[in-house]
Amino acid sequence: MKRVVEGSEAVAEAVRLARVNVISAYPITPQTHIVEFLSEYCANGTMDARFLRVESEHSALAALIGTATTGVRSFTATSGQGLALMHELLHWTSGARLPIVMAEVNRALAPGWNIWVDQTDSLAQRDTGWIQLYCEDSQEVLDTIIQAYRLGELVDLPVMVVLDAFFLSHTYEPVDVPDQKLVDDYLPSWEPKFQLDTEKPCAFGPLVTPAFYMEMRHAIAGAMEDALEVFPRVEDEFEKIFDRRYGEIEAVSCNDAEIILVTSGTATSTSRLVVENLRAKGEKVGLLKIKLFRPFPVELVRKVLAPAKKVAVIDRNFSFGASGIFAQEIRAALCNTMKHPPVFGYVAGIGGRDVTADVIEDIYRRAKASDFPEGESVWVGLQEN
Amino acid sequence: MIEIRWHGRGGQGAVTSVEMLALAAIEEGKYAQGFPSFGPERRGAPVVAFNRVDNHRIKIRSGVYEPDVVVVLDASLVGLVNVAEGLKPGGVLIVNTSKSPEEIKKEMNFRGAVTAVDASKIAREELGVPITNTTMLGAVIRATKLVKIESSEGPLKERFGRLAQRNINALKRAYDESKVAKAT
Repeated sequence: MKRVVEGSEAVAEAVRLARVNVISAYPITPQTHIVEFLSEYCANGTMDARFLRVESEHSALAALIGTATTGVRSFTATSGQGLALMHELLHWTSGARLPIVMAEVNRALAPGWNIWVDQTDSLAQRDTGWIQLYCEDSQEVLDTIIQAYRLGELVDLPVMVVLDAFFLSHTYEPVDVPDQKLVDDYLPSWEPKFQLDTEKPCAFGPLVTPAFYMEMRHAIAGAMEDALEVFPRVEDEFEKIFDRRYGEIEAVSCNDAEIILVTSGTATSTSRLVVENLRAKGEKVGLLKIKLFRPFPVELVRKVLAPAKKVAVIDRNFSFGASGIFAQEIRAALCNTMKHPPVFGYVAGIGGRDVTADVIEDIYRRAKASDFPEGESVWVGLQEN
Repeated sequence: MIEIRWHGRGGQGAVTSVEMLALAAIEEGKYAQGFPSFGPERRGAPVVAFNRVDNHRIKIRSGVYEPDVVVVLDASLVGLVNVAEGLKPGGVLIVNTSKSPEEIKKEMNFRGAVTAVDASKIAREELGVPITNTTMLGAVIRATKLVKIESSEGPLKERFGRLAQRNINALKRAYDESKVAKAT
């Protein structure tokens, strides 16, 4: 049924439809409405689930590590500082191979206190062994949460579904909220390969010596590679029932493009408009949306970008002492191809500053005007003193 | 695409207005977006919220800076904040006020079209409270013809349940009682 919902409600609806058994969350800023909706669903019986209100984000994930180990579907949502506090347990979740799903609303990190969109919080967790999926509208958010359980449970890895603060979390727009029956057809109940079971007692989380630890890590690396293989299957199954798919990446007007913009999150949506307008003026510009960030779809990215003359990456995040993080990944993906275009890195929209169509067009014009990148990153839209 | 900025005070339901208008638009097969000003809000403080309505899927995901329509839910905001800021030439200003649209034009030194309606009075009489968000929707529909008045009834019924009819009455009265002064 088509409804007008806030992005946060789209997440909550997906969690309801995925028949999640346990939600654990810390409800204070920078938390969003997501868990407000879910606590209501649990309280009024809309969902047959337990809502655990814990004392910190660290505890929120710790509690889910416990519940998921018993074999029940588990969910949490967080943002910014909250995700940072979870850091230790992010590693634990993937190490324990628990397919927990988290909605991560990108918010800037303090100080200064800022609750607006910025991807540095989730990208700083790129090495924790979580699958990461970045969304551009609320329909994609709802669909991706449902797919995330399928994907995570097939490869035994946790999944972070990432959405922009405010531009998605607080924006109302029409979303098709599917029937429960269709979601049940798509998403079978989870059959854990191992779980806490009093009938079959065993220990979890023991000391692992150098004789075994490396193999455990290698197995996680393998599961990430499996996720690359499994993702298209998960989307095939989804498309059959819901007639929607998104792709690990999406190339828009890239075939004959001389300059390809690379984006993620809601900047992608605005960039689609910019590319349409520039194309109408005869500019040979394309757009590459990155949805799947971990595992990084290196081969797919290479195939789209290698023939272009220039690549311009727009990063709403920054790794101090290096560059925008998507730009780093794109450079790393391209460097081992024999012939590849220069990668221009642009940093825009930090801490919620608006990435307007004008900003995106300005980035395109800058890349067009320069023969080679001026540096690893060019910050766009800074105030002049 | 039509872009609308709503001015109200925290707690007056500006966000509900954008939600109701978006619902009415999709009821007619259109596309719509609605969002609040991003950031912390305080009860009673001036707030803004935004709508976009279009016949095509809306791709733009950034703020509204040059609206086609500005709606003022609270008359005390005129003169306090520059409600006409960025309003496109040929744009429409819709104000909850007991004054005539001509008086508002003069007071604000505004040359564009103004629609005026005493939504506070209507809301007090129909709803018993001076919350004007649903009432002002009637004035918006009158001034912009963006959606049909019937398209707003379903969303109001769903949202307000047994209080829906009163809101529908208030909306219809605002539609009928709106006064328009043309651009000069």
